[in-house]
Amino acid sequence: MNRMNRFLVVLLVLGLMLSLAGCGGDKKEPAKSGDQKLAGKTIRVLMANHPYPEALKKLIPEFEKKTGAKVNLESYTEDQLTQKLTVEFTSGKSNVDVFMTRPLQEGRLFTKNKWYEPLNAQIEKSGDWDWKDFPKSTADAVTYSGSINSVPIVTEWQTLFYRKDLFEKAGLKPPTTLEELEAAAKKLHNPDAGMYGIVSRGQRANAVTQLSSYLYNFGGDWIKDGKAVVDTPEAIKAFEYYGRLLHDYGPPGVTNMHWPQAQALMASGKVAMWTDASTLLAGLIDPAKSQVADKIGIAQFPAGPKGNHPFLVVPWAMSVSAQSQQKDAAWEFLKWASSKEVMVKAQLAGNTTSRTSIWNDAEVVKKLYPGLADDFKKVGPIATPYDRPLMTAVVEARDAIGEVIVKSIESGGKADLADAAKKAAAKVDELLNKAGEGKK
Amino acid sequence: MNEFIERNLRWLFPLPAVIFIVAMMAFPVIFTIGVSLTDWAMTTGGEPQFIGLKNYQDLLSDSRFYNAVWLTVYFTVLAVGVETVLGVGMALILNREFAGKDLAKGLLLLPMVATPVAIGLAWTLFYEPSIGLANYALQMLGLPASKWLASPNSVIPALAIVDIWQWTPMIALIVMAGLASLPQDPFEAAMVDGATPFQVFRFVTLPLLMPTILVAVILRGIDAFKTFDIILTMTAGGPGFASETLNIYAYNLGFGYFRFGMASTALVALLAVVLGGSLIVLWMRKRFDY
Repeated sequence: MNRMNRFLVVLLVLGLMLSLAGCGGDKKEPAKSGDQKLAGKTIRVLMANHPYPEALKKLIPEFEKKTGAKVNLESYTEDQLTQKLTVEFTSGKSNVDVFMTRPLQEGRLFTKNKWYEPLNAQIEKSGDWDWKDFPKSTADAVTYSGSINSVPIVTEWQTLFYRKDLFEKAGLKPPTTLEELEAAAKKLHNPDAGMYGIVSRGQRANAVTQLSSYLYNFGGDWIKDGKAVVDTPEAIKAFEYYGRLLHDYGPPGVTNMHWPQAQALMASGKVAMWTDASTLLAGLIDPAKSQVADKIGIAQFPAGPKGNHPFLVVPWAMSVSAQSQQKDAAWEFLKWASSKEVMVKAQLAGNTTSRTSIWNDAEVVKKLYPGLADDFKKVGPIATPYDRPLMTAVVEARDAIGEVIVKSIESGGKADLADAAKKAAAKVDELLNKAGEGKK
Repeated sequence: MNEFIERNLRWLFPLPAVIFIVAMMAFPVIFTIGVSLTDWAMTTGGEPQFIGLKNYQDLLSDSRFYNAVWLTVYFTVLAVGVETVLGVGMALILNREFAGKDLAKGLLLLPMVATPVAIGLAWTLFYEPSIGLANYALQMLGLPASKWLASPNSVIPALAIVDIWQWTPMIALIVMAGLASLPQDPFEAAMVDGATPFQVFRFVTLPLLMPTILVAVILRGIDAFKTFDIILTMTAGGPGFASETLNIYAYNLGFGYFRFGMASTALVALLAVVLGGSLIVLWMRKRFDY
């Protein structure tokens, strides 16, 4: 390096330092708007990789400007988030203030370990934020023996995505019963031409939530009166149907598929139908991610022999951590993040949010994808409010039940599923009893 | 003071190292063994209780544990077996002089320095049954398509192929180092006696190389036994439990089910098996004088 170069480098470094100092100078005089009641506070927020926080991220600077708080947002995948929270909370010294949580998945686990800060008092005090705007079923999903542990942010329900163009060409109407669903899958299934009739999740534990609507429509359930009922004749029929459907008319390798794989196949135009949660529509109609963005139809999940009760659940809620050192600031953030104003923006960004007023807002509904709001209103009154067994050890139970699903898909529904289901039921019973939730 | 240091010099010098080893290695192992004797689980709430060897009893009556042990052994033997044969062959080829030898040696290092998660994702795409390259290649050769990771019969071989792709070069490199240090006299003697190249390999090269190969196999075997990231990213133990090895099983128990006591028990079992295996190999080395 000659002398001239060295001089230039020094100049460059000095320049950088000056510009950084300039940035620092800006921060000393925050814009004076709002009441700045959280000035100087830093709120640590843990979120999942999900479209809701994606929409939230863009709005956070507004919140920071208004309140003077600084928000530190961390994002993790679903399972990583649960692990991170569990490890931090177990240590007892977590400085997490607000976190996203899955009431059906970890609600009981976190309640049992007292990791949620009950929000009843705060909610009572915040009149115009309007707790009543959340439907009763979603409020129930986040309430544990009277204590409101989180605020529901997203709703989702089982729905049927289908290719409008293929249905039209084949002269088919969207199926309204499971029989018609199978017939349509059969008709559109043409693996030699790279087209598969239907896809749905087939990966062990992840398949469980997607089997649930099939299970309910065959008249089955997970748990009844503290005992597992996944081995009843109705449940076995559901297992058989699901396995046959995916084995005969599904893509190869379906037993390794979670929703990202299924979504990728559907978006690449290789599948005619997909049953999964309504929120996943966003990835199908985004022209940047989907080759069939303008050809996607939404239909109500088909009815089974025992009626139609697809799931409609609260997959995500937001909570204040019981170990937070600044619960008031945390609640301020949560209140803002679940306000109607923010939720409308999130809804228009592709989420299906949980406030009643948004779904009744004609202006908002007009801008949604055709069929979505209509499907939501049809499912609402008939829905089942859970999509997996409601218990503390739900992860382990899902693995046990998922094994039966995998077995059924691998054998096309022909294996001895009664035996496999009985084993799964015994395992779930054992877990229920261990956690004191069973009925011996 | 000075006198004290002077007198205890031989204790004082290694002290930092001893403290480090105790803190970083012995403590976690002892802590894990301790936890394995409790019923610590987040799903039951409350404080962990000491329950003696109950977890070990439960583990031994769990069919998933035996499944995991079998899969771990299957994966390790298959992967390391093929790697050894290919690795030794590769080393013998690279031991000759040819144009581009240095380039070839450099390329060998590539798979080893790639990050496991990236490898897992790339191979998952490669194996994807309907749009992946693997089946395309099979069909070009006129072979039937495979489900690769999605069938319980092919998932372990498919995972072993990834391990073989990544780690055969390591065996090759170790064996090459061994080849370079072999004495020349026995080879000359064999030539003089008129041995064929195969006979030279079978009766001279291989026996002389055996200690080196054994070291490579032990190192690789222990590593393959503990394979984690590749399996987690590619199958997470699926389909069903068809690729749930011991490490994945312990991970599921700990971070999936939050049963820390039971997960520690599974990890102690894993440690015991690895330790046992290593001891047997060491004993064999002495016994057969390699």
